[in-house]
Amino acid sequence: MKTAERLRVAGYNGLLLVAAVLAMGPLLWMVSASFMAPGEANTSPPPLLPADPTLEHYRTLFTSYNLGRYFLNSLIIALGGTVLAVLITGMAGYAFAKLRFRGRDPLFRALLAGMVIPGQVAMLPMFIMLREMGLINTLFGAMIPVLAPIYGIFLVRQYALSIPDDLLDAARLDGASEFRIFRSVVLPALRPVLATLGVFTFLSAWNDFMWPLIVLSDDSRYTLPVALANLAGEHVQDVELMMGGAVVTVLPVFLAFLFLQRYYIQGIMAGSVKG
Amino acid sequence: MTPGEGRAESRAGWGFITPAMTLIGVFFAIPVASALLLSFTDFDIYSIGDFKSTRFVGLKNYTDLMAMPLFWQALRNTLYFVMVGGPLSAAASLAAALLVHSKLTRLRPFFRSAFFAPWVTTLVAVALVWRYIYHPQYGLLNAGLGLVGLGPVDWLGHPNWAMPSIILLSVWKNFGYNMLVFLAGLSSIPEELYEAAALDGAGAWKRLRHITLPMLGPTFVFVGVVTMIASFQIFSEPYVMTQGGPLKSTTTLVLLMYEQGFRWWRLGLAAAIAVVLFLLTLGGTLLQLRIRRSTQP
Repeated sequence: MKTAERLRVAGYNGLLLVAAVLAMGPLLWMVSASFMAPGEANTSPPPLLPADPTLEHYRTLFTSYNLGRYFLNSLIIALGGTVLAVLITGMAGYAFAKLRFRGRDPLFRALLAGMVIPGQVAMLPMFIMLREMGLINTLFGAMIPVLAPIYGIFLVRQYALSIPDDLLDAARLDGASEFRIFRSVVLPALRPVLATLGVFTFLSAWNDFMWPLIVLSDDSRYTLPVALANLAGEHVQDVELMMGGAVVTVLPVFLAFLFLQRYYIQGIMAGSVKG
Repeated sequence: MTPGEGRAESRAGWGFITPAMTLIGVFFAIPVASALLLSFTDFDIYSIGDFKSTRFVGLKNYTDLMAMPLFWQALRNTLYFVMVGGPLSAAASLAAALLVHSKLTRLRPFFRSAFFAPWVTTLVAVALVWRYIYHPQYGLLNAGLGLVGLGPVDWLGHPNWAMPSIILLSVWKNFGYNMLVFLAGLSSIPEELYEAAALDGAGAWKRLRHITLPMLGPTFVFVGVVTMIASFQIFSEPYVMTQGGPLKSTTTLVLLMYEQGFRWWRLGLAAAIAVVLFLLTLGGTLLQLRIRRSTQP
């Protein structure tokens, strides 16, 4: 490689590195500030690293501010929602792709059209409805919006179209019931797309804010984002404490991203190219 | 296939979609239709106790909205966010995708992940982080600007700067998603096109202008529509960072809907805002699709 070419590569990658530091900067500062002593971040010029790292804020958050409870609530909603959504959406996506039934195509087109409707439009009547059903202030109530995502049905359907019909017909000739076929032929074939759907559902359930804010009124039922927003109202001056809370809130989804990122990337790329 | 088998398959098909369609029907289709009905009533705190006290009031909620200065301001703020934030976000995504896609890039997966990371984080948490970054006295942004002799700016405390600050946070948070969409588009452009253009002596800029951007056409439509629909729904950023202030400069339609509906319990009026939100989203989507169709060769 010539020197000029090498310089170009170095300069180019230097630029990328600066951009990457800018992108990650706020997250790195969040982690750093959460280990600072109380009041340390509120000095001028603001320190980038803690002078004397401490775990104090994490201890306070879990002992005095009940963060463990909120963490558990978030986890129940996100995991429960994910398991149910994968099952419900997996079945529907497969049926729309591979099973012939009356009204299938108009129904699917109606679903796609429904994707233009912002979810918030449904929130006011849904609140009134859930109140009548006694589901206000329950973790299940908070889970509802993620249970049957239309984009998920679309994603699974696109993937399920590639399952060979011969495979299904062979199983039918062997006398297998449709449910049996779904369980032992279709589910294994759909595993990659269901994994993608699972990580997306987990992420959106964990990060959701507006609906849990509306539906959960009792402090002991709060999810992490709701509790954090609430805490920020009272403790806006305690930067380091709040950053500790932010780290606890972000950490699970960030770890899930680190270990499962190929599913995110596949899902976004597949959804956009075919969509 | 015998008719019996067809019937079995049809039954199974309906069986498999029933859980999803029930949920979507009960918790999406019916509430959306009810929102429209609700917007024609005076449903309020008394109605929650006793539905019978609700009356149909025709278009009163809509005329009330038209007469409400805060509604117009929320509409302006929302359109500001959609029309400035949306294109900025798409431009940042495209720039990041072009950088990552380049042949000069080493460690492509590392950079891709670093740019995508903000998207997976929890909005409420990172909005708090940015609230401190924007702090007029101790914030990192003013400290950085101070190094080059600029500022200080009261980012979230000044009505002119609060919305741009929210837009910057939102671009930072979201550009990674559309970057991946653009990367998928870029990798589907045939390499031969570039080779042929290079043989004809086209430079990097010409290749971008005459091959890359036109070939990304469908991707632009997808990114445009998805980003716009999401932008109209902006709520958590102002809720956490500014509570809609200062001087209501960051009160958005959904924030106004939330306050009217769930703070003041004027659910009829809030439903009218929801209907306006839906009409705006629908109109914007149709407009983008039409522009795309008329510019296509």
